[in-house]
Amino acid sequence: MKPASIQATVGSRDYSVKERSEQPSSVAAIVHSWITTVDHKRLGIMYLMFAMLFLGIGGVEAMLIRLQLAKPDSHLVGPETFNRLFTLHGTTMIFLAAMPFVFGFGNFLIPLMIGARDLAFPRLNAFGFWLTVFGGLLLYYSLIGGEGMAGAGSAPDVGWFAYSPLTARAFSKGHSTDYWILGVMVGGFGSIATAINLITSILCLRCPGMTLMKMPLLAWLYLVVSGMVLLAIGPLTAAQIMLLLDRYLGSHFFDVQAGGSAVLWMHFFWIFGHPEVYVLVLPAFAFASEIIPVFSRKAIFGYPAMVAATVAIGFVGLSVWAHHMFAVGMSAISNTFFAISTMMVAVPTGIKIFNWIGTMWGGRIRYATPMLFSLAFLIQFLIAGLTGIMLSAAPFDWQLTDSYFVVAHFHYVIVGAIVFMIFAAVYYWYPKATGRMLDERLGRWHFILFLVGFHLTFDTMHLPGVLGMPRRIYAYGAERGWGTLNLICTVGAVVQGAATLIFVLNVVRSLRTGVIAGNDPWDAWTLEWSTSSPPPEYNFSTVPKVKSRRPLWDLKHPDDPDSHYE
Amino acid sequence: MSESVAAPRPITVSLSEIEDDSPSAMSCGRIGMFCLIIAESAIFAIFVVAYVFYLGRSLSGPTPRDVLEVPVVNTICLLSSSATISMAVRSLRKGQKKRFVAWWSATLVLGIEFLVGTGLEWRHLIQDAGLTISTNLFGTTYFSLVGLHAAHVLVGLALLLVVLLLSLSKAVGTEHADRVEVLALYWHFVDVIWVVVFTVVYLVGR
Repeated sequence: MKPASIQATVGSRDYSVKERSEQPSSVAAIVHSWITTVDHKRLGIMYLMFAMLFLGIGGVEAMLIRLQLAKPDSHLVGPETFNRLFTLHGTTMIFLAAMPFVFGFGNFLIPLMIGARDLAFPRLNAFGFWLTVFGGLLLYYSLIGGEGMAGAGSAPDVGWFAYSPLTARAFSKGHSTDYWILGVMVGGFGSIATAINLITSILCLRCPGMTLMKMPLLAWLYLVVSGMVLLAIGPLTAAQIMLLLDRYLGSHFFDVQAGGSAVLWMHFFWIFGHPEVYVLVLPAFAFASEIIPVFSRKAIFGYPAMVAATVAIGFVGLSVWAHHMFAVGMSAISNTFFAISTMMVAVPTGIKIFNWIGTMWGGRIRYATPMLFSLAFLIQFLIAGLTGIMLSAAPFDWQLTDSYFVVAHFHYVIVGAIVFMIFAAVYYWYPKATGRMLDERLGRWHFILFLVGFHLTFDTMHLPGVLGMPRRIYAYGAERGWGTLNLICTVGAVVQGAATLIFVLNVVRSLRTGVIAGNDPWDAWTLEWSTSSPPPEYNFSTVPKVKSRRPLWDLKHPDDPDSHYE
Repeated sequence: MSESVAAPRPITVSLSEIEDDSPSAMSCGRIGMFCLIIAESAIFAIFVVAYVFYLGRSLSGPTPRDVLEVPVVNTICLLSSSATISMAVRSLRKGQKKRFVAWWSATLVLGIEFLVGTGLEWRHLIQDAGLTISTNLFGTTYFSLVGLHAAHVLVGLALLLVVLLLSLSKAVGTEHADRVEVLALYWHFVDVIWVVVFTVVYLVGR
């Protein structure tokens, strides 16, 4: 028989000093150690830095788009450049900023939260990251040498969903579209590799006592996200292989003249494209589900319902793709099916919102920066969901499809929910990754400015859509009356840009001047806070054992452990 | 400001009370391979959908009925290679290394036969029947679907060859049975995909 009680120390000694003294001294050695690393924390941090870099690049593209549209009949950039700008902006933000943010946090957090020493396949992890980097380089190489010679290049200009037949050789000469295909495809392989790694780690490497229903919600959400990545990236890869065959071997998949179908590309793209939205937003839910309880000083409300809602969103999210295609002219039955399935997503999502509110209800809320971003996320995501339900009604969509109303809707999801929660997550876990706190005062300025800029831009943007302004036009006449609204959108974009600069300043400056964080600056409850900040390479000196969903609560309150109530 | 280090605090737990469903016995490799198989299935599903969607929509000939012959020998070879690789893994588990090498080589030969058979079929289609990937929609979807599968067979053969070379240099032992089995899973997957491709292309589509 096992001893009645054994002591297991959740490794909380500080190894960071020793780690630092062992660090290689010369710059070359440091770079070499980062490039060759297979440590999930370093790879996670590199993912996040990569994502930050491309968030900046995509942000500059967005700024140019907004400056061009700020006044009627503008000629700041030409129509060709404008097409390239919105294509690069969309592709960059989704594949090179948002996805790396998702996987960066997944990489860094999952092993720490499930009490493991690394992911299941560390080398596969490094492989996935460098594939993502290579994909980004391929996409942007088209700008400088895409036509075969240095200096002879042009960016892809087919839009981020690259509808056929615009991508056919006849309409898209040169190689810019090929670089779009290859860059996204290679990055996709990296995403599949990382998803395999996360699923295997979550299923295989949980510490003793951590049953599936005792995992932090973040791990549950990443399990579902990774499953969706497995099912969603493949269709895009397949469609891109077909497109390459069309362009180089003269096959006819999307060649209407030979009987092919342009609509088939739309289906294939959105079979990827809509689950992708959930791949991006579920991690935002994951961050909210960790942050809101800690800053409300209450355990998450309705854990099993949250898990069930997550899995439900995963399932329903796979069967809503054609709501992007109502205007194509599908049968009434298809329209009805996709309208209803889209509206059904609102049910599990609503459950989540109620549970977050239930968590805050009666809690002692601390308005630190991570919580501020989370609160804004709750309200903004609700609004984004409501415009989503409006657009899911096919007749409403016929009126407003491809208008700025749609642009406003999905930016409300991607910026208002996902980017806000990414910022919250950075403020929350930065101390764990670096050992120092981000500056709260700068954080508040960042939050206020970004909030104001966001609402200036994207609240306003709904209106030109309702007034008939189509997306992707590079100029509009003054007589349309969209000028003032567009100017307000642009002003908001500039404010958001300024706020993001404050954020970057904060992240860089706090590395040196931030307050030392200690192991557990937020008085939190999940395992990553039990080890030092930054954690040692092996995460935990002894493998932790847990009895409840909040092992550090049990540790701090041995008189009243959670395991009595779960 | 000096670095403040919280003193380590022990979590006291009673091990016998911990309900432990952490699947340490389940191999990470196997779960990883199942995930890869799911992702690959999604890719194949799209190619199969394209094949079915374009059935009978070619604007010009030749049609599947004109030129396709059912590859009976090929199919028998590939499907039986699933049996031989299972026998190989079983032999390795029992420590019968010579039997392992024999069954493993048989798998390799059967796989090569399949690939050569596909090559001959393609030569016939291209040279005699005048069907290429750019001839019509049938050519487009046929060559891409069968080609994607053949590419997976090729990758599988390369991996099988690596294991064969390692085992000939006495580097593969019973302790590697789990890893070899993960590779066998991939090979089974390639076989199952062939059942789908065979049904869609040669039975339903012809």
